[in-house]
Parts: sequence; structure tokens; C-alpha cells
Amino acid sequence: MNENIRRVVSVIVINEASVLSRVTDLFSARGYNIQSLTVAPIPETKYSRLTIVTKGSVRVIEQIVKQLHKLIPVLKVFDHEDFVEKEMALVKFPADERLADIAAICEAYNGKIVNASENAIIAMVADEPQRVTNFLKVTKRYNPKEVVRSGAVALER
Amino acid sequence: MQISGAQMVIEALIREGVDTVFGYPGGAIMNVYDEIYKQDKFEHILTRHEQAAIHAAEGYAKASGKVGVAMVTSGPGFTNAVTGLADAYMDSIPLVVISGQVPMSLIGTDAFQEIDAVGISRSCTKHNYLVTSAKDLPRILKEAFYIAASGRPGPVHVDIPKDVTAEIAEFDYDFAVELETYKPTTKGNPRQIKKAMLAIAEAKRPLFYLGGGVINANAAYEVRDLVHKTGIPAVETFMARGTLRYDDELLISMLGMHGSYAANMAMSETDLIIALGARFDDRVTGKLSEFAKHAKVIHVDIDPASISKLVNADFPIVGDVKNVVEEMLRLVDCIKPQKYEPWRETIKNFDALHPLTFHEDSERIKPQWVIKRVGELLGDDANISTDVGQHQMWTAQFYPFTRPRQFISSGGLGTMGFGFPAAMGVKAATPDKISINFTGDGSILMNIQELMTTVEKKLPVINIILNNNFLGMVRQWQTLFYEKRHSETDLSMQPDFVKLAEAFGGIGYRVETKEEFDAALQDAVKQNKVAIIDVVVERFENVLPMVPAGGSLFNMMLLERKEK
Ligand SMILES: Cc1cc2nc3c(=O)[nH]c(=O)nc-3n(C[C@H](O)[C@H](O)[C@H](O)COP(=O)(O)OP(=O)(O)OC[C@H]3O[C@@H](n4cnc5c(N)ncnc54)[C@H](O)[C@@H]3O)c2cc1C
Ligand SMILES: Cc1ncc(C[n+]2csc(CCOP(=O)(O)OP(=O)(O)O)c2C)c(N)n1
Ligand SMILES: [Mg+2]
Repeated sequence: MNENIRRVVSVIVINEASVLSRVTDLFSARGYNIQSLTVAPIPETKYSRLTIVTKGSVRVIEQIVKQLHKLIPVLKVFDHEDFVEKEMALVKFPADERLADIAAICEAYNGKIVNASENAIIAMVADEPQRVTNFLKVTKRYNPKEVVRSGAVALER
Repeated sequence: MQISGAQMVIEALIREGVDTVFGYPGGAIMNVYDEIYKQDKFEHILTRHEQAAIHAAEGYAKASGKVGVAMVTSGPGFTNAVTGLADAYMDSIPLVVISGQVPMSLIGTDAFQEIDAVGISRSCTKHNYLVTSAKDLPRILKEAFYIAASGRPGPVHVDIPKDVTAEIAEFDYDFAVELETYKPTTKGNPRQIKKAMLAIAEAKRPLFYLGGGVINANAAYEVRDLVHKTGIPAVETFMARGTLRYDDELLISMLGMHGSYAANMAMSETDLIIALGARFDDRVTGKLSEFAKHAKVIHVDIDPASISKLVNADFPIVGDVKNVVEEMLRLVDCIKPQKYEPWRETIKNFDALHPLTFHEDSERIKPQWVIKRVGELLGDDANISTDVGQHQMWTAQFYPFTRPRQFISSGGLGTMGFGFPAAMGVKAATPDKISINFTGDGSILMNIQELMTTVEKKLPVINIILNNNFLGMVRQWQTLFYEKRHSETDLSMQPDFVKLAEAFGGIGYRVETKEEFDAALQDAVKQNKVAIIDVVVERFENVLPMVPAGGSLFNMMLLERKEK
């Protein structure tokens, strides 16, 4: 009951001024944890979709869902149970690392080289967050200069 | 019709049936004040501090059941109002608070008297708006009133830039508020209610745990009916005082940190809690892991987030208390009141063992006596507000409340300075009742400037200071838990409260004996003027019983028995 679990929560909100602050203020005010947060408008609607990865006890997760519901511009909250979850990462490697090796690893992780210039190689992967983490581990030895992760997005099956 | 944003504010208030607005003008809100000047449909009460305007609106809202309205200017006007917003938020009081803001073109430039007002109020309001165009104002104001009063009530803040109040746009107020993202559940699930009633019929030691939600729902009389038809004893939270009459056989008393022995023991021994509009506050439960260990829980609340937040509910019922209790009354025949006779007997014995009382003193007036005495002299004729501290707890313990909305006090935030302005709002809402504010020598000075407002507007609040020359509640903790190191709580340095009242045009009394007190109170009531009655009381009296913070509800510090 008091054990912390990882949860993915999607929130559909009216796309209006300060709605994102309402959500993030709620998390900080009540001491809830945000591991990642993504936001984008839902095409052809007046809504946006937030995907929040959080951690907490069962009681805390239940409160997070209820408190999110209480925010006036929130339409729906999904506390995902059975879902597909993906995250993207971009990684910049020095131009003198072995391109072919990096490309081969990328392929194993649903990724590819998206840019190669005289200064750097940029690779992209999109996969489950855990697999993205693994990708980053595996490619450590190619001396990545910069890494950016997008945060997770999810859809209920 | 085409009118300015400022005129829209006035029109909307009139259409909402507002008769009293509390506020304080300044640069950013001057266009609206100019329109206030031109109208005669509602009264504006100029408080002498913005904090007091909000507390007055809270008192007005609580006493009347309507939405309270207050208005302030940008910057310091707004920041002065924040304590009031937070107070209303904690106690679920419906308010619409309108603030001026610097013109749109200056927002974000650190302009004169600019502050991110909606950023500040976000975490202490139910909802807030920054209005960016006059054409949105009718919708926003109508939504603000609707959101403030519906569901779990709360304060709504509307921040209006100065240029928006000057902008001309179309005003149409004849529409229904439709918010697809906000639809509070008011009707309880019938199957769940039935299950709950069967659980009550099964229980041996059920207990009603009544909270402020009952009063908010205007359900006190239905709850009285349910309590009497089931024969089940009841405890009240601080916020629920007045739900049952003080002399109701089935009312045990207030529970919690300063609840009665019998109320706390009943809560500790019950096998079924029937929580109606109560939120298991930490001042009520004490140590959670030890709280009502043997009990299953029926929890009725309009806010799903209150249910199973702190104590797991076996029978969660989301809905308006009034609706749910009416439904319960339809099913009440399955419950046999005589079944609970042994339980009622047990509770009577608890009460006989440690009744809620105090020891009289022949030398000095005891603070509790003052409260009881006002109860004897004024009883049902008075509405009672309080400040925060020992006097507040004694009021909750000893005043003979007879009806809902009679007791108005800051419970959740515990805001010193609340009492006097709140009592002013109460008087404005219920002019036929005597408005009493029980206060402390510390608290009264936190909004003392309202002597001016109340004298000017002929709102005769009677302030009764239980003067112990201490920040008494803090002093009590220091005595009990800090080895009597009374750090910065001695208020021996005092103003002359009689002269102070007189300086503002009120009347003052200094009282040292019971006879003097009776005479002062009777005179203040008769003169019907703003008054301060400064009562010298025993300095070192403690509020008892007391559950030390974090302790178990059944481990109370109790009043020592006196040898007869
Ligand atoms: C110095 C000090 C000491 C205190 N000591 C005590 C003490 O000993 N005992 C005590 O009880 N309190 C005490 N308090 C007050 C305490 O802090 C809380 O304010 C109080 O206990 C909360 O009361 P409540 O549970 O009734 O909740 P409220 O704050 O009144 O909340 C009402 C609940 O009802 C719900 N509700 C609202 N409207 C409806 C509706 N229409 N239908 C259904 N549900 C609705 C709300 O969602 C909410 O959950 C003390 C305060 C101070 C300052
Ligand atoms: C604004 C504010 N500041 C500080 C406190 C902490 N506090 C709670 S009770 C109290 C003492 C109040 O003294 P007084 O008004 O004289 O009442 P008494 O307890 O003596 O009856 C204080 C300082 C508070 N509740 N509110
Ligand atoms: Mg005092």
C-alpha cells in the first residue's frame, strides 16, 4: 500500500492560458513527483494532452488523479493500466566515432542516424522508456556529447 | 448592449443578486469604482484593509449561504487579500474576488503596482481568471459565480486589467453556464446508499461524524431528522457546530484535539463511522494509525478527493449531503433505534466520567464562564464569530449553539484577525441577529482598524476580548511542551481598549467581575453600537481536553477532578 509505484497518467485539458501551470502547481503544492511531462495540442480540437510519468503510493496516485480532475479546465484523466508507451531520444556523437556501429545499435532500438555533419552525428531512437535507457547505456562508449529525452507519451490499448 | 468592462462588472453583480460588496479602491480598479459611484442597486462597504474585505465577504457568505463578493486593486491591494483567499479556500467558502490589474500593454514590464496575481492565487482559489478582453467578461463573471457556489464551494478570483475595464463590448448575461469540464456530482449512487444503510442496520456502535459540509449543503435539519429517526449518537467537527442543537440528547459534542472526552472515546470505540461532509482533518483524527481502529467507514462528500484521502472509505458516496440524507431517510425503516441503547449508555458513561466543564474561580473570571454567560443571556439571538486561539476553542466547546450558520470561525487556516471583519459581514447579512465576536487580546489587534468601518456603516459588532495578556494558545503549548519557556507570547503591554473603541466612535467597557460583565453586555446590546468589552480573565487557563499534536485521539490530557 505504501510502496511507490510508477504510473503513467494522461490528462486532457482545455488548451487555454496557464492550464499547464495549474497542473504543475498542483504537483508541487501537494508534493507529488513528476518524472516526465509532455504536452501538445490534440489536432482539430480545443484540447491538449499531457502525459505525466509519476511515482507514488497507491493512495497518492489515487489523490493525484482526483486532484487533477478537480482542476476546472481538465476534461479527462487516464490512469493507464494497459497501454503502449513510447519515448524519443536524440543523441549527439562526435563526428569521429564509428558511424556504422552506432547505426547498427540504432536499428536494434527502432532508431536511426538522422544527421551527420563534419562536427557531429545525431542519432534518434523511439521506444519504451526502459529501452531508451538501455540504448543510452549501450552507446555510452561512443562518447555522446549531448542527450535529450522527450518524456513519455502513452495510449491505452 | 454595448458597455464598458467596468459597467459589465456592475451589471453582472446586479444580475447575480449581490446586495453587498466589500472592498478598497486603487488605481487599477478605478474605472469599476467610478461605476459603483453611479449605481444604487448594491451597497459597497469600504473596509479599512483589504484583508478585512475578504474576511467580511466570508462572514457574509457563511451567514447568508450566498456568494460573498469583494473587490481590491492591483499589487498591494491584491496581496493584502491573499490571506483571505487562502482562508476561504481552506474552509470551502463561496467568494468572488475581483482585483484590478495593470493594463494589458504593461503586463510583464514590472509596471507600477504590477504583481502576477493569478500566479499567486492559483494555489489558494478554487479557480481564477485573468481577463484579456471585455468580450469575455460576461462569461467569466457568470462562470465565477457558478463555480464559487456549486460542488465543493470555494473562492474564485477574477483579475481584470485596467484597459479591459475601459474597453467597450457587447454585454449579454442571459445564458446558462455550460462547462463541459466541470460537472460536480450531487446525487449519491442509490445502490451505494442502500448498502450503507444496511451496514448501519448491522452495526452495533455506529456514530455520525458531522462536518462543515452539512452546513454548506443546508442539510442540518434533514440530518437532525436522520439522527433522531435512527437513534444514533453524533459528534460534530468544529466546522459543523450548530448542526444539532446543543441540548440534543444524541449530540455528544465536538471531537478532535480539543473535543470532549466522550466524543473522542466514542470515535475510538465506534464500529461504523457515518461521515457526512467531514474531511478527517488532522486536528480531528490525531495519530492516523490509531484512529477509530475498529471502524468501517461510510463517507459522504461532494468532493471525491476528500474520500479515502486520509482514512479509507468502505462505503464511498460522492454527492451532496442533502440529497444523500434525503435518500437515507427514505430507507430509514431498516434501522432499529433501540438496538443502539447499550451504545448510547456507554457514551453517557464516558460523559459522566469526564464531562466537558471547567473549574470556577472566586477571584478571577474564567474565560469559559464568559462564553457560557453570553449563551445564557443571548443564546439563539446571537450569531457568533471568533478569532483564533484559546477563546476560539472555548467558544466551540461552551456556546449553546442552536442552529446552523450561527457559528462562524476560521477552522482550516486558523487566521488571527478573521473574527472582527467576519462578524461585520455576518451583521450585514443577518441584521436582525446580534453579532458577537469572541476574540483575544492578540487577535483583535490584527484587524482593529475595522472599528472605523463598523462605526461608519452602523454594523454594531460586539467584540468580547477574553483578555489573558497572552498569545494564549501558543503560551499553552509552551507551558505544556516547552517547559514553560514563554517565548514572545507575553502581551502584558496592552492598549487601553476602552479608549481605543471610543477613539473610533464605538463604546468600550473594561470588566473584572461577573456583575460588570452582565451590565456591559446588556448595555452594549441596548445601545446597539459597535463595542469592545475587554474582559480580564484568568491568565493561565488551558484549553482541555487536549490531544497533543500527533497523539492518539483516546490519549487526552484531561481537566483535573476537583475535590468537593
Ligand atoms: C487552534 C485550532 C484548533 C482546532 N481544533 C479542532 C478540534 O479540536 N476539532 C475539530 O473538529 N476541528 C478543530 N479545528 C478545525 C480544523 O482545523 C478543521 O477546520 C476542521 O476540523 C474541519 O472540519 P470538517 O471536517 O467539518 O471540514 P470542512 O473544512 O468544513 O470541510 C467540509 C467537507 O465537506 C465537503 N462538502 C462541502 N459541501 C458539501 C456538500 N454540499 N455535500 C457534501 N459534502 C460537502 C467538502 O468537500 C469537505 O470535504 C481547529 C482549528 C484551530 C484553528
Ligand atoms: C495570523 C496568525 N499568526 C499567528 C498564528 C498562531 N497563533 C495561533 S493562536 C495564537 C495566539 C492568539 O492569541 P489571542 O488572540 O490573544 O487568543 P488566546 O489564545 O489568548 O485566546 C497565535 C499567535 C495564527 N493562528 N494566525
Ligand atoms: Mg490572549
